[in-house]
Amino acid sequence: MANIQLRNVTKSYGSVTVIKGIDLEIRRGEFMVFVGPSGCGKSTLLRLISGLESISTGDLYFDGERVNNVIPSKRGIAMVFQSYALYPHMNVYENMAFGMKLGGAGKGELDQRVRQSAKLLQIDHLLDRLPKQLSGGQRQRVAIGRAITRDPRVFLFDEPLSNLDAALRVATRLEIAKLHHDMRDVTMIYVTHDQVEAMTLADRICVLRDGRVEQVGTPTELYERPDNIFVAGFIGSPKMNFLEGEFAAAQGCSTLGVRSEHIDIVPQGAGMWTGTVVHAEDLGSDNYLFVDIGAKEPIIVRQPGKVTIPEGATISLQPRPGMLYRFDDTGRPVQAPLAAE
Amino acid sequence: MIEFAGSLLLNLAYFAAFLAVTSLVVFPFYYAVLSSADRGEDRTGAGLFWNIMFWLVVVLICLIAIFPFYYAILTSLETGTAIFRVNYLPESFDLRNYESVLGGRSFVRSVLNSVFIAATTVIFALFLAVTASYALARVRFRGRGLLLMTILAVSMFPQIAVLSGLFELINWLGIYNTPWALILSYTIFTLPFTVWVLTTFMRDLPVEIEEAAIVDGATPWVIISKVFLPLLWPALVTTGLLAFIGAWNEFLFALTFTVDETKRTVPVAIALLSGASEQEIPWGPIMAASVIVTVPLIVLVLVFQRKIVAGLTAGGVKG
Amino acid sequence: MTTTVTTAPGARASGKEVSLQQQRARAAFWFLAPMLVMLVIVAAWPLFRSIMFSFTDATSDTIFNGQSEWVGFENYLTWRVRDNGEVRWRGVLADPDWWNAVWNTVRFSLISVSLETILGLLVALVLNAEFKGRGFVRAAILIPWAIPTIVSAKMWGWMLNDQFGIINNALMALNIIDTPIAWTARPDTAMIAVLIVDVWKTTPFMALLMLAGLQMIPRDMYEAARIDGIHPVKVFFRLTLPLLKPALMVAVIFRVLDALRIFDLIYVLTPRSEGTVTMSVISYLNLQQFGDYGEGSAQSTLLFLIIAVFVLLYIWLGRVDLSGERSK
Repeated sequence: MANIQLRNVTKSYGSVTVIKGIDLEIRRGEFMVFVGPSGCGKSTLLRLISGLESISTGDLYFDGERVNNVIPSKRGIAMVFQSYALYPHMNVYENMAFGMKLGGAGKGELDQRVRQSAKLLQIDHLLDRLPKQLSGGQRQRVAIGRAITRDPRVFLFDEPLSNLDAALRVATRLEIAKLHHDMRDVTMIYVTHDQVEAMTLADRICVLRDGRVEQVGTPTELYERPDNIFVAGFIGSPKMNFLEGEFAAAQGCSTLGVRSEHIDIVPQGAGMWTGTVVHAEDLGSDNYLFVDIGAKEPIIVRQPGKVTIPEGATISLQPRPGMLYRFDDTGRPVQAPLAAE
Repeated sequence: MIEFAGSLLLNLAYFAAFLAVTSLVVFPFYYAVLSSADRGEDRTGAGLFWNIMFWLVVVLICLIAIFPFYYAILTSLETGTAIFRVNYLPESFDLRNYESVLGGRSFVRSVLNSVFIAATTVIFALFLAVTASYALARVRFRGRGLLLMTILAVSMFPQIAVLSGLFELINWLGIYNTPWALILSYTIFTLPFTVWVLTTFMRDLPVEIEEAAIVDGATPWVIISKVFLPLLWPALVTTGLLAFIGAWNEFLFALTFTVDETKRTVPVAIALLSGASEQEIPWGPIMAASVIVTVPLIVLVLVFQRKIVAGLTAGGVKG
Repeated sequence: MTTTVTTAPGARASGKEVSLQQQRARAAFWFLAPMLVMLVIVAAWPLFRSIMFSFTDATSDTIFNGQSEWVGFENYLTWRVRDNGEVRWRGVLADPDWWNAVWNTVRFSLISVSLETILGLLVALVLNAEFKGRGFVRAAILIPWAIPTIVSAKMWGWMLNDQFGIINNALMALNIIDTPIAWTARPDTAMIAVLIVDVWKTTPFMALLMLAGLQMIPRDMYEAARIDGIHPVKVFFRLTLPLLKPALMVAVIFRVLDALRIFDLIYVLTPRSEGTVTMSVISYLNLQQFGDYGEGSAQSTLLFLIIAVFVLLYIWLGRVDLSGERSK
């Protein structure tokens, strides 16, 4: 329900600056994911938006209203924490009702809302249990339920899935995606270090590094048109192959990037590069080949299905046309068209 | 001056020699304990010897710890000439000492005084300490470390250093020779202690729970009363119990600020328990009184054993 | 209840919102204020007044009516030149009884704390070992700690009694001594008696503190050492002791500070014995028994200064993290 604007926001602890001037607009009803390596400031940024940390300089607007000095509970936010942060001494019902009760909601309204959101998350049979009697996945649902009950304008998630095991993580991810569909006008901000979560959930992704925004865009934009070498390397799995030296120079750039799925194995001698397979990983649906073509590190080639190429074999590789990413020595994409094409 | 330096050196030498001898005497016991895990089922002569040493250490510790109290009980059950015959095992079961102690009104009165004073002091200290320790453990502000050190320093105060000033204050307030004089003066050590221990407990509560409460709209007071207190009650019990024991055992202030026999606390009453004449020390009744005031404490301590150890170490060690 | 604080109308009317940090800082102030006021009343003010008394000639007659005179440092040190040119020093610092008390206090603190450390560590190691009956030992050592100091003084006073005491009886039965010793009365054994009782009563406390330190050392470290075949004594000196040092330091500081101010045990076990009078005791006797508030306060102030200097030195030299702030 809210449109959030950050204008040149910074955050310092003493002499250490963690957030170094961020301008960002998060649209109403959007699912925005902050992603980046650990220590990039993504959690701090979320906490600045929530109000749990104070902004050092710059302005934060919710629907055009400056909220720098508004306490968290008056911002109309709800937050889901990494460790769930359920009140251990309250049962599920009380956990979900606590915020509304403090807000002075009437008993009838409160009861109705709690039961409604419990039903939505299918935890209505757990209402009188204590958190310690719940499984990890159930706790996470209660934490989400508690947030929904508050009927927030902005929904904040701080790495909510990182304490769950792999299977549960996928299931809960789906749940959150569904939630976003159901609550179309609630703005959601989600922090994660996992780019798969980011790609699958986000309307738009904000890639952060070292307290600065590297790129903001839809998952497809980030994947297809990374603004710089960092984003190119961070988004996508397996990581984009980067080639330097003569490989890059041949294409008129200082670093050449190519995704593993954009490389084809071609008949001997027909490819741009030739190398020996040093290692193969069979993931069932895909095959990752690690090929030493004389670059610093072997490049990864992704082949669908069962391709049986023995380790030590020499193969010829050809990147797909138009799928080469060229970066100059500052890490920016090279704009000039490639002479060869 | 030279003479002084000489005697200082000499005494230092004595002290070094004393330490050396002590270490030498203790070392075999240390060795027996340290190597106990490695020895396992060592059936050789040496293994057997060190095993025996290990159990000797264990038995000695228990014996030394328990014996004086056991002997006090033994003595308290003897009267007349039996008391002056040394015996190691119980020989008589005579409750007359207990009758004489509990029959005299003043001792029962002292127990009641002690209970009232210690309980009031502790409740008062906990009340002030809960909010203060929240601020110290959870709110970042400048000078917090210094404030914590100051509070710790107050609890390390030599009580004698405030005695005359406190005496004046108590006289001015007109509470001399009343329980309130002791309740006020005991605050000097119970309050810093409870603040200190509760701060360490409070620091260990998860941050995210507090933040969840903040997002839910809880003010600091609501966080304390609705979220932290229910989580902290075991710590409160422990801290309260330790502070209670401290107040129960206090002697100097109680000796100074009370005069009437009916206003005394238990330690003063026991210290000043006198017999028919100056020369005759009533050992039987003293031991009976000692047992009476100690048994409840020991029971409490044994019941809350684990919590007390946690509380003591929270006040002391921080890895 | 107090949730209204967040939306205090005053804050909105002035157009200024209260940020979370301001709200918390304000709450912290009000949370700390009662405790600080209380500490000022019961600690800072009496301390200040006691120090003031030490510069006056206050006695038990004049202390409450304000008729005492300011005498400067006369209670501490003063001198008068006699007619024959001889300088006569007076005051606490020139009083051999005071220096005897200082000496007793230092002696008592050094010996008792070193014994308690050595024995406490032994007990802690025992409790850290795995054997049947460990719970019983731990319960047993809590008993001396739980017994009030006065009660233990009386109990041991009885056991150390010269004619009927069990200690003399046992020592004579073992042929270690041939005549009974008046432990608490003789100046040369009074200190031994005090030390025995103090070590008995306080070693458990030391042991518990050190046990907590020992239990923080990861078990796998010992297992790794055992697999490597390192001798347990070597493990103790190379591994356990260095890792235990922080806990050990804190425990020792707490105990030294406690020992320096000892009063009740000595006052009850060996009353008025030259050999055991400590700084606290001599100050108390001046204050209460002799009503000399000037001199008594001077002595208590000196004790306070000694302890204060000791604490500052320790924090400064050892950089001991007493407050636990840094480890957070």
